[in-house]
Amino acid sequence: MAQFLTTNQIKLRLETFHKDKLVPDTVYDELKSELKGKKTTKNQLEQIIKEIINSYEFAQIDPGSAVGTVAAQSIGEPGTQMTLQTFHYSGVAEMSVLRGLPRLIEILDARKNPSTPTMTIYLDELTEKSENLAKQVARRIELTTVNKIAHSITHSFSEGTVKIKLDALLLKDKDTEPQTVMNKIQLRRKECKVEIDPEDENMIVINPLKELKFSDLPKLAEKVREIPIKGIKNVNRVVVMKSKEGKYYLQSEGSNFSELLRIPGVDPTRCYTTDINQIAETLGIEAARNALVKESLSVMKEQGLDVDKRHVMLVSDLMSHTGEILQIGRHGISGKKSSVFARAAFEVTVKHLLDAAVHGEYDPLEGITENVIVGQTIALGTGIVDLTMSANYREFSDKEDK
Amino acid sequence: MSSDSYKTIKGIRFGLLNPNTVRKLSVERIITPDTYDADGTPVATGLMDGSLGTIDPGQRCKTCGARVGSCPGHFGHIELSRPVIHVGYNKLIYKVLRATCRACHRILLEPVEIKEIIDKMDEYEDQWGVPDYDLIEEVLKKAAKKTSCSYCEEEQNKIRLEKPTTYYEEVETETGQKQTNKLSPSDIHSWFEDIGQSNEGTEDSGKGEDTRDKNAAKDDCRLLGINPQFARPEWMILKVLPVPPVSVRPSITLENGIRSEDDLTHKLVDIIRINQRLLENREAGAPQLIVEDLWELLQYHVSTYFDNEISGIPPARHRSGRALRTLTQRLKGKEGRFRANLSGKRVDFSARTVISPDPLLSINEVGVPRDISEILTVPERVTEWNIEEMKELVMKGPRNFPGVNYIIRPDGRRVDLRYARNLQAVADSLQPEFIIERHLRDGDVVLFNRQPSLHRMSIMAHEVKVVPYKTFRLTLPVCRPYNADFDGDEMNLHVPQSEEAQAEARILMRVQEQISTPRYGGPIIGAIQDFITSAYFLTRKTGIYTKSEAAQLITAAGLENLPKADTKGPKGEPMWSGKTLFSALLPDDFNFTMFNNLCEKHDTCKKIKCSVEGYILIRDGVLVSGIIDKKAFGAEVPDSVLHRILKEYGADRTRTFLDSVTRMLITNITLRGFSMGASDIDIPPEADKQIEEILTVAKKNVLKIIKQYEDGTLERQAGRTEGETLEARIMEILANARTDCSNVSAEYLDDDNEALIMARTGARGNMLNLGQMSACVGQQAVRGQRIQRGYKDRVLPFFKQGDLSAEAHGFVDSSFRTGLNPIEFFMHAAGGREGLVDTAVRTSQSGYMQRRLVNALQDISSCYDKTVRNAAGEIVQFLYGEDNVDPAKSDHGKAVNVSIIINKILETHPEEAEEE
Repeated sequence: MAQFLTTNQIKLRLETFHKDKLVPDTVYDELKSELKGKKTTKNQLEQIIKEIINSYEFAQIDPGSAVGTVAAQSIGEPGTQMTLQTFHYSGVAEMSVLRGLPRLIEILDARKNPSTPTMTIYLDELTEKSENLAKQVARRIELTTVNKIAHSITHSFSEGTVKIKLDALLLKDKDTEPQTVMNKIQLRRKECKVEIDPEDENMIVINPLKELKFSDLPKLAEKVREIPIKGIKNVNRVVVMKSKEGKYYLQSEGSNFSELLRIPGVDPTRCYTTDINQIAETLGIEAARNALVKESLSVMKEQGLDVDKRHVMLVSDLMSHTGEILQIGRHGISGKKSSVFARAAFEVTVKHLLDAAVHGEYDPLEGITENVIVGQTIALGTGIVDLTMSANYREFSDKEDK
Repeated sequence: MSSDSYKTIKGIRFGLLNPNTVRKLSVERIITPDTYDADGTPVATGLMDGSLGTIDPGQRCKTCGARVGSCPGHFGHIELSRPVIHVGYNKLIYKVLRATCRACHRILLEPVEIKEIIDKMDEYEDQWGVPDYDLIEEVLKKAAKKTSCSYCEEEQNKIRLEKPTTYYEEVETETGQKQTNKLSPSDIHSWFEDIGQSNEGTEDSGKGEDTRDKNAAKDDCRLLGINPQFARPEWMILKVLPVPPVSVRPSITLENGIRSEDDLTHKLVDIIRINQRLLENREAGAPQLIVEDLWELLQYHVSTYFDNEISGIPPARHRSGRALRTLTQRLKGKEGRFRANLSGKRVDFSARTVISPDPLLSINEVGVPRDISEILTVPERVTEWNIEEMKELVMKGPRNFPGVNYIIRPDGRRVDLRYARNLQAVADSLQPEFIIERHLRDGDVVLFNRQPSLHRMSIMAHEVKVVPYKTFRLTLPVCRPYNADFDGDEMNLHVPQSEEAQAEARILMRVQEQISTPRYGGPIIGAIQDFITSAYFLTRKTGIYTKSEAAQLITAAGLENLPKADTKGPKGEPMWSGKTLFSALLPDDFNFTMFNNLCEKHDTCKKIKCSVEGYILIRDGVLVSGIIDKKAFGAEVPDSVLHRILKEYGADRTRTFLDSVTRMLITNITLRGFSMGASDIDIPPEADKQIEEILTVAKKNVLKIIKQYEDGTLERQAGRTEGETLEARIMEILANARTDCSNVSAEYLDDDNEALIMARTGARGNMLNLGQMSACVGQQAVRGQRIQRGYKDRVLPFFKQGDLSAEAHGFVDSSFRTGLNPIEFFMHAAGGREGLVDTAVRTSQSGYMQRRLVNALQDISSCYDKTVRNAAGEIVQFLYGEDNVDPAKSDHGKAVNVSIIINKILETHPEEAEEE
């Protein structure tokens, strides 16, 4: 019976194995943790390593595999099994978030304004421990308009003014004062004089300097409603949440990522938004690519669909490999293909042909559709082999026979 | 089959047709707007002129002398008496007009700017190999903004395009009044002729700059986005029109002998007619107005000839009122040339018929009706080694299966054996180098497909098994990848014609090679429905079989030796447990453990002593404990027994396992019999009473909450209004009530209840379905809400307005067993309708999504250097999937299943250790 190896011996062997770089790190890490506490002989360990290398080599993809088509099918095929509904979810706070097929389509479309963007906002070390501090940060982020803190907004034709009665409770809740509100309105409405009613500290009176037309007064009142007091644009609601570890974080409805990262109290290294274009703008294309993977996978997972990560990664890489987010479809990947035929065969056929003519374009027939169109072997799978038998093969072989 | 060498097309260049080229290409100038004479002969110089090619079988082409199949057709041409605009280029013409000078026709940019832009363009082109079209758009816009020419200092006028094809110039007269002048196509033509040519306007500068200027003028075309090598701007104005050959626009002869012409021919007739009239009128010196009118009419006809869906002008119509299908329409859209004829083509050697099941076939077989196998053929080359066999086949002729339909001689001549008088003589004439086209027979490889072809497993290679009757037969485990059932589904079959194609199909596309799906790296083929039920009966503890039964099962599975009996019957006779019989199908050295669907996830697992047999233990190919159910060998279930067999023993062993299991299980369930009836969902009166009670309580609670809501005492949930809170609470209460009812009914269903067995093993249906059948159907919902639509404040007129109670908004108390009352029925239909609409919308949406995905990704492939690239060779990924692992060959996504390898080599069986 052979001797069992000591932990150290195993460790040493594994380290050389790691250095050889024969398998990806993920496999190595798994091997390392699986072997923990197990007894093996030298022979067995070698056998295990050999088997793992074999298994990995077996699983290698063949050159020429149509990985693109397979990825497209693997993501598209379960599409028929997805739901169409928008889900209301997110624990305590009810937020509606687009899910399922429509969300997947939205991701692939790389839409500039997704229908329900949300941000997950993590706070810095100090803030995330206290609910109060977290709330304060939330108030800094959530967009507060005059409307949200006003008890009532009225206009008086006789005085020619618009009066805003602020709600004291709401003011406190949003952590702001009539003075600031007044200043903000003044800043936006330079053509008016904005004052606090001397008799009522919660009453703001807006006095147009010029005499307004009769119908413009209600209009002014409407416009004043939407004046932002604090918070960042497009973030309509922010909710304080508590993680399993007892730390506070925020969840927002609406997204404005670049602004968010400037808010004090926010930990900019961990924040996340579901708006991929905003990620691309603020954090760059690599981050956007990762976000594409994450978002697509989470849609699949929620629908209970098992899709290999590699497919999602390929689609995400394709969407981002030029350095900007390209849509899957006419305005993105498919529209930017170099082949005239490939573009014409997808959508807006005639336009592509006409344009190709004036541009004097040349189609090198490298892709799939082009070669199908002209009736030639496609450059995929067994078709990538360029080697052909000599036309004179028979003569040669006949000679040799003789 | 294929010739020894063939040419490949390396690339295709696009360009505008030079009018002179059109004339040179043309075999005939077409001037007569007629097609055929009264006696049916084509009119010379007419649209059906014999020199344009032939469509009559038997007739020879006047130009090339070839017959129908081999004459490609030849172009003619029409000399337009006045130039017309090409509608497709109306916008570009407009842009060019605006960007060039009205006097000297140079581009409206400063020489410095031009140089700068040209440099930029060169740089871009050097880098990417294609012109920077975005930059060109910018140039066009920039030039259009200039108000005067930097070369001749001419003031520029505003140009207006009145869609689709009329251009106006807004000129300021000397008196200072504004005036709009029409720019005729002739004017534009002569304008465009000068673009990019050096002319007097720029030549007055010094000698040294002369050449520079010429070159600069040449660049003008490039700046406008026109490649001067292949297109001239003035070619966008048509002076001559090519007439497509007749084979492009064949006339068809109807049954009553009347000829009907193609839409394009009709259109061309219109063009020629107006063209001639315009010519005659101009020659006769007709008033300007009439000429203008005719010119415009000619423009209309030429425009609609190109595109009959231009906005702003009425489409040209057929006599019957149907809009004509002209050039653009022929190319465009799903039924257009590109998508219907070029990207997808119709093929020979294919068949389509209804499918039906045959559990006795192997998964890689397909039953092909004899009628079909006698028509589809496989070409086979006669060699010295098979000549005798081939002769025999030929002797059988085309009508006796398996025979031969055609013989192809080395000189390419085909002999149709249907008309061969003496088959013996034909057979004797057979020599090596001949090719015979023999009937499809057992063992041939064919491709089998069911639409929609959503993934690659929708087309797989099967081996032929010729069967009687008229339907394709396939075995049940392969239904899943095709998503087929037998309620009238049809499938297609293709016969690969070359040895190369057959070999590829056999190696890459055979069903067993496709068991593992690339979607998640697990088996997509596996047991379904009754096989799962049958496996439950077979492998559960009470599954004991007599010798004759056991023998029958073993034989059905294709085995020859009965395993050793492992139990004894009441009289001491040898009996076989189902587990033993099942084990006979497993590989001998197979070891595996897992939990099945029946596992109740007890805190401490009793392993092989599990009371519900939820622990599957296979040791050395023997099923020691556990019931085989869906989780163990079902389709689309990864990490199962089946998955492990596939990984450890390969595709062929998995195929034989599946085949034998299918046959054994179908025999088993036939022996036992299996059916579900109304009695399976019947529950005793006391259960009914309990359910009624649960529902009464629930409804009372609902009313209570409604009362609270009405009183305003209902506590609001975070982020919800009172109304929303109420709805959410009611939904919750009723959902719980339904679940409770289900649970009550489940308790009263005995263990041998066949519906329950199906639900528990995962064969078909689930507990929710069972509960709905036996206990209570529950809340019906539309858009995730209780049903709210209908009349004002009520769903149906039987309710009071504003009634918030359970039954008024679609709660169904009854079960499917007791039947629904009319109101419940209505509510159920409302909920059901949503499901139908949903499915319909979803299929179209996801279909389009997949089309876009496939189109965007189809060119992407892995390369020898492990990178992933697109058609142009641009790298998309440096290493496929970050580990270069094929998901189909992966172990449920993992590159290597480390723990299984370790366990196998260290041979640890944890459960054994614990037992001892």
